[in-house]
Amino acid sequence: MGKANTITIDNKPFAFEPSETILEVAQRNNIFIPTLCHLKGTTPTGACRVCVVEVKGARDLVPSCATPAASGMIVRSESPEVIKARRNIIQLMLASGNHNCAIRKFEPDDWTSFHLNVLKEDNYNELCPVWGDCRLQDLAYRYQVTTKSLPVSLANYPMERVNPFIIRDFSRCILCGRCVQACREIQVNNAIDFGYRGAKAKIVAGADVALKDSDCVFCGECVQVCPVGALVPKETFKHKKRFEKTDKVRTTCSYCGVGCQMDLIVQDNKIVEVKGAEDAEPNHGSLCVKGRYGYDFVSSPERLTTPLIRKNGKLEESSWDEALQLVAERFIEIKTKYGSDLMGVLTSARVTNEENYIAQKFTRAVLKTNNIDHCARL
Amino acid sequence: MTNTIADIETADVILVTGSNTTENHPVLSTFIKRAALKGKTIILVDPRKIKLTEHAKKWLRPNPGTDIAWINGLMNVIIQENLHNKEFINNRTEGFEQILDTIKKYTPAYVEDITGIPADDIIETARLFAKAGTASICYCMGITQHTCGTDNVKSLANLSMLCGHLGKPGGGVNPLRGQNNVQGACDMGGLPNVFTAYQKVDDPAFIRKYETAWNISGLSPKPGLAVTEMIHKAEKGDFKSLYIIGENPLISDPDLNHAEKGFNNLEFLVVQDIFLTETAQIADVVFPSFCFAEKEGTFSNTERRVQRVRKAVEAPGFAREDWKITCEIATRMGIKMHYDSAEEIFEEIRKITPSYAGITWGRIDKGGIHWPCPTVDHPGTPILHTTQFTRGKGLFHVIDHQPPAEVTDADYPYVLTTGRVLYHYHTGSMTMKSDGLNQMSPECFVEISPNDAAKLDIGDGEMVNVFSRRGKIKAKLAVSSKAVDGTIFIPFHFAKAAANRLTNSKIDPVAKIPEFKVCAITIKKAA
Ligand code: SF4
Ligand code: SF4
Ligand code: SF4
Repeated sequence: MGKANTITIDNKPFAFEPSETILEVAQRNNIFIPTLCHLKGTTPTGACRVCVVEVKGARDLVPSCATPAASGMIVRSESPEVIKARRNIIQLMLASGNHNCAIRKFEPDDWTSFHLNVLKEDNYNELCPVWGDCRLQDLAYRYQVTTKSLPVSLANYPMERVNPFIIRDFSRCILCGRCVQACREIQVNNAIDFGYRGAKAKIVAGADVALKDSDCVFCGECVQVCPVGALVPKETFKHKKRFEKTDKVRTTCSYCGVGCQMDLIVQDNKIVEVKGAEDAEPNHGSLCVKGRYGYDFVSSPERLTTPLIRKNGKLEESSWDEALQLVAERFIEIKTKYGSDLMGVLTSARVTNEENYIAQKFTRAVLKTNNIDHCARL
Repeated sequence: MTNTIADIETADVILVTGSNTTENHPVLSTFIKRAALKGKTIILVDPRKIKLTEHAKKWLRPNPGTDIAWINGLMNVIIQENLHNKEFINNRTEGFEQILDTIKKYTPAYVEDITGIPADDIIETARLFAKAGTASICYCMGITQHTCGTDNVKSLANLSMLCGHLGKPGGGVNPLRGQNNVQGACDMGGLPNVFTAYQKVDDPAFIRKYETAWNISGLSPKPGLAVTEMIHKAEKGDFKSLYIIGENPLISDPDLNHAEKGFNNLEFLVVQDIFLTETAQIADVVFPSFCFAEKEGTFSNTERRVQRVRKAVEAPGFAREDWKITCEIATRMGIKMHYDSAEEIFEEIRKITPSYAGITWGRIDKGGIHWPCPTVDHPGTPILHTTQFTRGKGLFHVIDHQPPAEVTDADYPYVLTTGRVLYHYHTGSMTMKSDGLNQMSPECFVEISPNDAAKLDIGDGEMVNVFSRRGKIKAKLAVSSKAVDGTIFIPFHFAKAAANRLTNSKIDPVAKIPEFKVCAITIKKAA
């Protein structure tokens, strides 16, 4: 025995669980196998084939994401054959659209005209908006892919900018299908699918309409899983400055009681993007439209910035000292005149536990009444 | 919730009722939809043809306000067909014998009369639910926002106990809490009758405990008033001051015309918020506070998981943290309340809150913990009642159908039910600052069935006036197959056409929840 449930990858033996794929065993053991279409928790589609590996005895390279590990299997994760296949795949993807991240290799003059044309189509003055945060770009670097010999293929479909929240750039889509998997198997909204065939292939919403006119509910799951710059959050595109420092802060969504964990991406004291926290319960990276895109209010110019006191029937700005003193004095006055039980506090399902605790402590210990409630029933 | 969110996906049968989950708890709904995708059975009980019907194997459409009847109907069939879990009933519950008489009355035919659900559907659903290995019940405001809301909830508990679907993975009776920290606000004693962790304010032992912990004397032993009661009193001039933190009752409260009068009658109104909400606009003093992205603290989600909130950006202008403002008022009133950080407050909470005692900010740095968590080495409690109920044995309650407080008549022939839409949140003070969300949901609408619209001879998109005995609003008619004949749905988010001008402020006597889900209205084409 000993051999049962053992697979060899790059000359090292690894134990595996009965239903595990080659990819899963490799990932668990920190062996790098690139993936593009693979999406954890969904049915493998094998669409991109960039995860191919060599299995001893097999005629062709096999996609590791869709091939179950088997006893005695001998796998090479990065043989010359494998590398060649991956470079081919990456090369074709890079050549298929507006990947103007300067990875593409042209004669200098051709590059300039290509890039200028992309800028025109993008209606944008820079390189691809996800530059530096793109799986295809990473892989192109890793495998040193050049595209010199390949012609520029023109964008089949114009960019879709009419939606709130999401820009769809079909020219950068590599048809990996992750968005479809995410929409169908994770969020189960069934808003998008593959449409058309061959060179005309496209990810379509409904009967090929704009997202806003489809069943899409703008959860943004597809945006979060898109490995390239084909799905871009609109606000981020507008506000996030490239090459400038961002901070990432893990927190809890402030809308509904699900309590999704999220990372706020912050630049210059402004939230520029929200991402679902993939490594956290309860949401494992998923969010809804409010949690993911409903953050404008934080930096709204309508935020209150100073205390207000009603004077002559109108609310007027005041100092903290004046406002606090007034409130304390009036509360004491009312308490003395009418008694505690004619006073009340409404605390909030919106503020933190600590703040709720302080509100009830204030009501009970200072006002000396139990007239405290919140609007949760409403 | 008795069980966790992730746990729902493992149930064989999921019964969802009174919850438009895909719009109100979108990410939680993904667990239900994925379960359906994997072949699990979803039973949906809801008058509206909500999105989740597309994923449900069975969809029952009760007349609004008849929940007790269909739940009793299911129990009737289950007992009749001997499908109840006798072992669970014997070992874990009491009071079963007492409900038999009442349940006997609720034959499928009788239930069909009250609820409009075909008798066969009641029978089939009862079998599906009782025969399931594990069955989870998820409910929301559609169950609680009735004058009989408390009884509705007890009925669901009866049903679950009857089949032994409680206290184990994939089971449970799971209320989906609406706002992000409702659970926490309740846990922290933001209620008129309890301190933190539901310790009763009229229990002398707890009063002593808190007086010692807070180093004061004279805590009131008299349970306080619920928000609806405070406003009723204010209307009569019997209530003098309110300090409102982060709420906007002038949109969210029932029967707004009366509520408005109540607020205006107050001698002194203080509002603390991040925006000048409708309520803040009538305040005497307004304090600017921090939003979630500007502060440190914790929220407790609907599955009792205590999670961290962290500061990401600086607050605008001179705004201050809510707790600092409250402490400063207290101190100026002569009772010093001072903390250096929110974490210091949490440490105080732990000391007097048994269910939070074992939770520290350090422990939840990487991921939340479910209360009860009594000690620092306790892992937390994802599933409640696994070996016994809080009171020991689970108690069956005898519950009879009661008609809603207001029923339709010739003058007000339609039932109004209010609720939310995906793209907005509560009174909209946050979501309506987003162009995208406003683009997807720009204004109020009056959702009506194609039949009713045809009868009224009013077309989709036309403006209508909606009247109840209490008020009037004007909004666009939306003809939709989501609606049932005779029932109108209006979202309550929009100040310009505030649905709560129409609603009834009649409340459930125990939970004090107003009857938002049923009131009588009429509709007329706007001139
Ligand atoms: S849009 Fe993105 S995720 Fe979807 S197929 Fe194209 S590249 Fe893949
Ligand atoms: S945003 Fe959500 S619903 Fe819309 S296409 Fe993407 S995954 Fe589907
Ligand atoms: S992201 Fe959506 S589902 Fe998750 S907590 Fe926020 S509002 Fe709720």
